[in-house]
Amino acid sequence: MFRFQSRQQQRLDDGGQINRLAPINFTFDGKKFIGFEGDTLASALLANGVRLVGRSFKYHRPRGIYSAGIEEPNALVALRSGDRHEPNTRATAIELFPGLEAKSQNRWPNLLLDYLQINNLLSPFLSAGFYYKTFMGLPGWHFYEYFIRKAAGMGDGTKFKDPDKYDKKHVHCDILIVGGGPTGISAAVTAGRAGARVILVDNHPKLGGQLNGERYFLDKKPAHRWIEQCVEELDGLENVTIATRTSAFGYYDSDVVNAIESVSDHLPEPLDYQCRQRLWQIRAKKVILATGATERPIVFSNNDRPGIMLASAARRYVNQYAVKPGKKAVIFTNNDDGYKTAFDLARSGIEVVAVVDSRKNIPEHFEKELNEKDIEVIASSVVIDTYGYFGLNSVKIGTLSHDGKTIESNPYIVSADLLAVSGGWSPNVHLYCHSGGKPVYNDSIEAFVPGELSQNGHSAGASRGSFSLTDCLQEGHNIANTMAKALNLEVAEQIIPETNENTIVPIEALWRVPGKGKKFVDLQDDVTESDITLAHREGYVSVEHLKRYTTLGMGTDQGKTSNLNGQAIMAQEKAEPIEKIGTTTFRPPYTPIALGPLAGRDIGLSYKHTRRSAMHNWHKQHGAIFVEAGQWLRPQYYLNEMEQPSKENMDKAISREVQTVRTSVGLVDVSTLGKIDIQGKDSAEFLNRVYTNGWTKLPIGKARYGIMLREDGLVFDDGTTSRLDECHYFMTTTTSNAAAVLSHMEYYLQVQWPELDVKVTSVTEQWAAMALAGPKSRNVLSKLLPTINVDNESFPFMGVREVDIEGVPARIFRISFSGELSYEINVPADFGEFIWQRILEVGKAYSIRPYGTEAMGIMRIEKGHVAGPELDGRTTATDLGLQKLLSSKKDFIGSKMMHREGLKDENRPTLVGLVPVDKKSRVKSGAILVKDPTLAPPVPKLGHVSSSAYLSPTLGHPISLGFVSGDIIETTKKIWAVSPLHNESHELEITDPVFYDQKSERLHD
Amino acid sequence: MLIIHCPLCGPRDHAEFTYIGDATKNRPENGDSSNDHAWYDFVYLRDNPKGLHEELWQHSFGCRCFVKVLRNTLTHEIIATGMPKDNLILKEKGLELSV
Repeated sequence: MFRFQSRQQQRLDDGGQINRLAPINFTFDGKKFIGFEGDTLASALLANGVRLVGRSFKYHRPRGIYSAGIEEPNALVALRSGDRHEPNTRATAIELFPGLEAKSQNRWPNLLLDYLQINNLLSPFLSAGFYYKTFMGLPGWHFYEYFIRKAAGMGDGTKFKDPDKYDKKHVHCDILIVGGGPTGISAAVTAGRAGARVILVDNHPKLGGQLNGERYFLDKKPAHRWIEQCVEELDGLENVTIATRTSAFGYYDSDVVNAIESVSDHLPEPLDYQCRQRLWQIRAKKVILATGATERPIVFSNNDRPGIMLASAARRYVNQYAVKPGKKAVIFTNNDDGYKTAFDLARSGIEVVAVVDSRKNIPEHFEKELNEKDIEVIASSVVIDTYGYFGLNSVKIGTLSHDGKTIESNPYIVSADLLAVSGGWSPNVHLYCHSGGKPVYNDSIEAFVPGELSQNGHSAGASRGSFSLTDCLQEGHNIANTMAKALNLEVAEQIIPETNENTIVPIEALWRVPGKGKKFVDLQDDVTESDITLAHREGYVSVEHLKRYTTLGMGTDQGKTSNLNGQAIMAQEKAEPIEKIGTTTFRPPYTPIALGPLAGRDIGLSYKHTRRSAMHNWHKQHGAIFVEAGQWLRPQYYLNEMEQPSKENMDKAISREVQTVRTSVGLVDVSTLGKIDIQGKDSAEFLNRVYTNGWTKLPIGKARYGIMLREDGLVFDDGTTSRLDECHYFMTTTTSNAAAVLSHMEYYLQVQWPELDVKVTSVTEQWAAMALAGPKSRNVLSKLLPTINVDNESFPFMGVREVDIEGVPARIFRISFSGELSYEINVPADFGEFIWQRILEVGKAYSIRPYGTEAMGIMRIEKGHVAGPELDGRTTATDLGLQKLLSSKKDFIGSKMMHREGLKDENRPTLVGLVPVDKKSRVKSGAILVKDPTLAPPVPKLGHVSSSAYLSPTLGHPISLGFVSGDIIETTKKIWAVSPLHNESHELEITDPVFYDQKSERLHD
Repeated sequence: MLIIHCPLCGPRDHAEFTYIGDATKNRPENGDSSNDHAWYDFVYLRDNPKGLHEELWQHSFGCRCFVKVLRNTLTHEIIATGMPKDNLILKEKGLELSV
């Protein structure tokens, strides 16, 4: 059907590790293509002759596929669509799946016609720091910023919710091997045979690493035979786990390595019940880092055109994917690696025009094969420049002078559509550096290698700079045996296979080629050689400054192909050795990772526990509108059957509830209050030290209100504690401080006063609690407890009774938050709903009504009771008007520091009542109190509003609590509340904080 | 990523613990104004040592025990753990007498 597009004109007829019997449809920028099973998106695009895949970050230059792995700086595409849309994925690391949809990025309107390519023409002005130097400080940065950020960009994120699930798993092992290349496989075989519990992780779909991209023979058989043999053996070992498609991204303390397993990224979408990715937290006794190495580019003019790629990548495309990345190739190298590419390309029918080697001497052992394949080698030469806007068409070659600073003879141009570049290999020292190690420079390979060990992670093979295959195999075996010994296991035998590789002739450093055009160091961030020399001239010479000033290595590839080149150029500018310049810090993650697997299942409702009281279902069925109080859901108010949620109905419901409690009787769920059971013979002494007031004389069967201070003398929490028995107390705390108070008391009992015989236990969940409040509450209680005398003398204020309600053991506390006659009834949580319903049934005769947190809050403000907004960690007991509770006869927590000068200042803001002068303005809590709202700033702050009741049904107008400086209270009766954010100001009258029943007669009778 | 040996529960992941703070500060007697500075030190002053540090962690999602931990702040290595009153530095040097 789409025959003309599916020719795969660049595909070889045979070879490679692809399945030609399994064609796969995919689209790129809406165009339909076909690839094969085993392809990456990049190899499939190359097979279809697609060279231009994106535009660069800053200059919008056409870019192609540069690598064949996770180090890819150029070929970033937006993958999938809708809620699975994912920007900035690397085409070189995406396994092709049916229906894959990819789009190019950073171009508008399309790849060929990109209006912002004008940036390339403007580029002489767009040097490092250009935008900030030019626009920052000018008026209207907020205006330019939008356009600047839009012009310099990556892909767009999706605004939809992620539809996929993510998992986490924690695993332990003796030896973790990171990297399934020759080193890792060899290590796994030995460690497995030695009987160690081994986990081998590799980020590719199958093991083999670099071997998959080469034409090596092991024991005279193709390398994949050896890999298959090893995998078969490892699969048969129960003590070995192989995790493919699993990328180790960080090495943390205590030899913990975290990895992301791509469970279903290679499928169109996850199967039923399958997660997309899984986080592995691997705790290992020993770690073998067999993470390989990454090839580096060379910096020369216009080294970024589509058609220019790493030499090892070109080789991998022909060898692994049977794709010809070009028809006529030039190889540019400063080491032996370029020759391997030349031979493999020639073998696949690509015309190799020349190998341009910057070294003077061509390794002799290549000569035979060079002659056989008729490949010309141009020694002591370099590629000076390249041509072709949308794709390479020719390269300019010249001879390098002795000092490397000029081109000697007349340069000439040859035509080529593929330029394979090798500037040498850099060991992947990232995980080693995460573990705390410091890399050191190795002159013989011109790269950083691991230095001293910080934890138990040993590097082996290419990741420690051993680039020969035989060395890799041998090192993997050796390190595994060394670890086996350290773990008290028997060492194992392994016969290292013979290889057909040549001896390696040392690299000769070539970081940059003289010349004029744009010479890219960091392809992803469009950082050029001239940006680095500019940074040097302007004094940004430390690598960390260089990085931040030029953005070198700050892209999603984190400079895998560019950092060392940039650092080397800076070293040349400074005329210092590279080891003195050093590297920037390597930080996790090694490759970009999704946030999903870090969160795992802890999202949405699972992110934070929702705590519900035992009566929750009843509330739900009876019109409760819930409000979140920390983790708790509490009824805020109850709507009648006929009422729809609205602001009006809310006000109506709240007024109704307050009036019911003030005139008759109401019932509120207070299960959320912290409850702590205190037992032990020193309990009274302990309470005496924890609370500010005296506790030793509290009789059994009585409750007492108390406040706790912190050591710094400020109020921590308040609540009532009751004495249930000689050595048994029951404490309540505020809802929000329940956990903190428990931990606070445990600290003193375990750390400061271990000699006290006291045990504290949280029983918040065990007891359902409800407050029966209102003038008729005694009537309801007496009906509920027909056999018990509950009159004022038998059951006085602050009395505590343990009783049975219909066979349910209950604790009843005669305490009041609302200011009315009130009983707090606690029953075991399982009976909460039963007793709650029972009370409402009995109370019907008195028109009982459940009430919510709003009505409760209004009544406590009317009564002037302090709560969370007043106990805000900045107030003293005196500020709150609670100075009577500060005992002078004993030491308690905070009793030392509360006497500090600043806390005893008479002009500290103290608790007052506030009433709007117009008797109707709703004053926001948090509003600032000032003398005059018309004053120009800075206006002295005289206090603030802490709690507001927008309507006190009892008083008929809004009321607030707040804090006003002592000297102001004495001199003035009026003050202004301003809330500049809301553009509000209201005049208030300062009153007593107790608005209702100032003599507290109602709760005592 | 740390493993903390709780004296009551054994080796546990640090996610089960809550960091409390410096374990080297002793709570002074209330006393008169002569020990004001001792109180100032106890409530407010904390060193930020490089190297060995005795600190308190609470096994909040376990036995709720307060655990004294001798940790190298440079490497995060946990050298020893014990009950709040244990002197871990002596223990580390092998000088602690058995009780």
